[in-house]
Amino acid sequence: MMIEVKGLVKDYGTHRVVNHVSFNVKRGDILGFLGPNGAGKTTTMKMITGFITPTAGTAIVSGHDVRSAPVAVKRAIGYLPESAPAYGEMTVEEFLYFIAEVRGYRTAIARKERVRHAIAQTHLASVSGQTIETLSKGYRQRVGFAQALLHDPDILILDEPTDGLDPNQKNEVRTLIKSMAARKAVVLSTHILEEVDAICTRIIIISRGRLVVDETPEAFRKRKPGARLDEIFRSLTEEDEAATALSANEISKEKS
Amino acid sequence: MIFTLFKREFLGYFRSPVAYVFLVVFLVASVGLSFFVGNFFKNNTASLESYFMFLPWLFLFFAPAVGMRLWAEEKRSGTLELLFTLPVTTLQTVLGKFFAAWAFLALAVFLSFPMALTAAYLGDPDWGTMFAGYTGAFLMAGSFLGICSLTSALTRNQVISFVLSVIVCFILMLLGWSVFNGALGAVLPVQAVDFVANCGLIPHYESFTKGILDPRDTIYFLSLAGLTLFLNILALER
Repeated sequence: MMIEVKGLVKDYGTHRVVNHVSFNVKRGDILGFLGPNGAGKTTTMKMITGFITPTAGTAIVSGHDVRSAPVAVKRAIGYLPESAPAYGEMTVEEFLYFIAEVRGYRTAIARKERVRHAIAQTHLASVSGQTIETLSKGYRQRVGFAQALLHDPDILILDEPTDGLDPNQKNEVRTLIKSMAARKAVVLSTHILEEVDAICTRIIIISRGRLVVDETPEAFRKRKPGARLDEIFRSLTEEDEAATALSANEISKEKS
Repeated sequence: MIFTLFKREFLGYFRSPVAYVFLVVFLVASVGLSFFVGNFFKNNTASLESYFMFLPWLFLFFAPAVGMRLWAEEKRSGTLELLFTLPVTTLQTVLGKFFAAWAFLALAVFLSFPMALTAAYLGDPDWGTMFAGYTGAFLMAGSFLGICSLTSALTRNQVISFVLSVIVCFILMLLGWSVFNGALGAVLPVQAVDFVANCGLIPHYESFTKGILDPRDTIYFLSLAGLTLFLNILALER
């Protein structure tokens, strides 16, 4: 198992953003992470990547516990954060060389090889000498991708990888993810249900911090034969909102 | 690893024209004060005393200007998430950034070396005192930047970080000031006033400019930097 998420909880003050989320991801999986805005998708991903500390529960990534060995976990993961942050004043090449150095490629030859490979994979050659702040959104997203892929990680965690891209670019990113999936475990969050249908081998839906669906796209479809995916999605997350409102009341009662 | 982070941060200063503007303004201000207010020539002594005299007051504004972006900028642009999902520890990033800022401010100070050459051309300066002065300035810069790095980690707004660090540094400078201590003496026992005065920056720095290399002063500046960097790590990991 590449990722084992065990009962992750995150509280901000009295507000429970992620509520006992557990799931597993194995090699070859492309996991589509769905949910309304503010449902806790990004927070869950940030806990798996070790950027924020869980209130309770943990994630085991490639055999390392993110709480006790965060650096080992970060080594195993390639992570594309939401809106692909990068140091804007650096050129694409400088930025990727920096990442390669931090990722532990000690020799100049190894770094050059990795950077060249990442640039080729994400078609960045034409802008490699440009500073990142001058790039369009699509190119910036590719820089984020190149950064995540650079060390050829076993695990890819992508927070809205196709957000803000045009249809051609979206298609390109999906092809790229698919081509790598056999050797890796991929978790990607998205708002686009067709995307899940197109590339994911599993669907997870989070609503109000709780996991409500964990199944294959086929099983998901069978919930309401003939209905569009977004209809099923809406009915599931709506039902859940009523249920979590109740449990949130219980939590606040317990606390007081 | 620390060196990789250091290199990115240090070169980062020079990726925008701000660094060059900073260096020029700092040099004009520090040397200008030394010549026109400190009477570098009229003193008729071959020393940089008039240069070192004003450095704490310049650092009060220039160190926060160097340090304010360290963490606030990462938080604002979202790269903090990128940085802390790379295989680095918080300690490594804190030190890498701190050393970069320190090296940059040290560079600004050492660019005053033509002053030293001028003094050597005009007279026969005491190189030992001069060396002690530069050492003191370097250590003091470290303490100031420790504070700036900490305040920068507390906010995503560079202006708030700047103002906060100016206030904290100013209080530390006041502590060693005799007028301030006199006022304190009216309400506090002598030992307490002595303790407070010992926490002040200026007296520790002044012994360096007089050519005295006292390990206690060195320890003072280094422990101040160490303490603030430790708090910096706590602030980032909370």
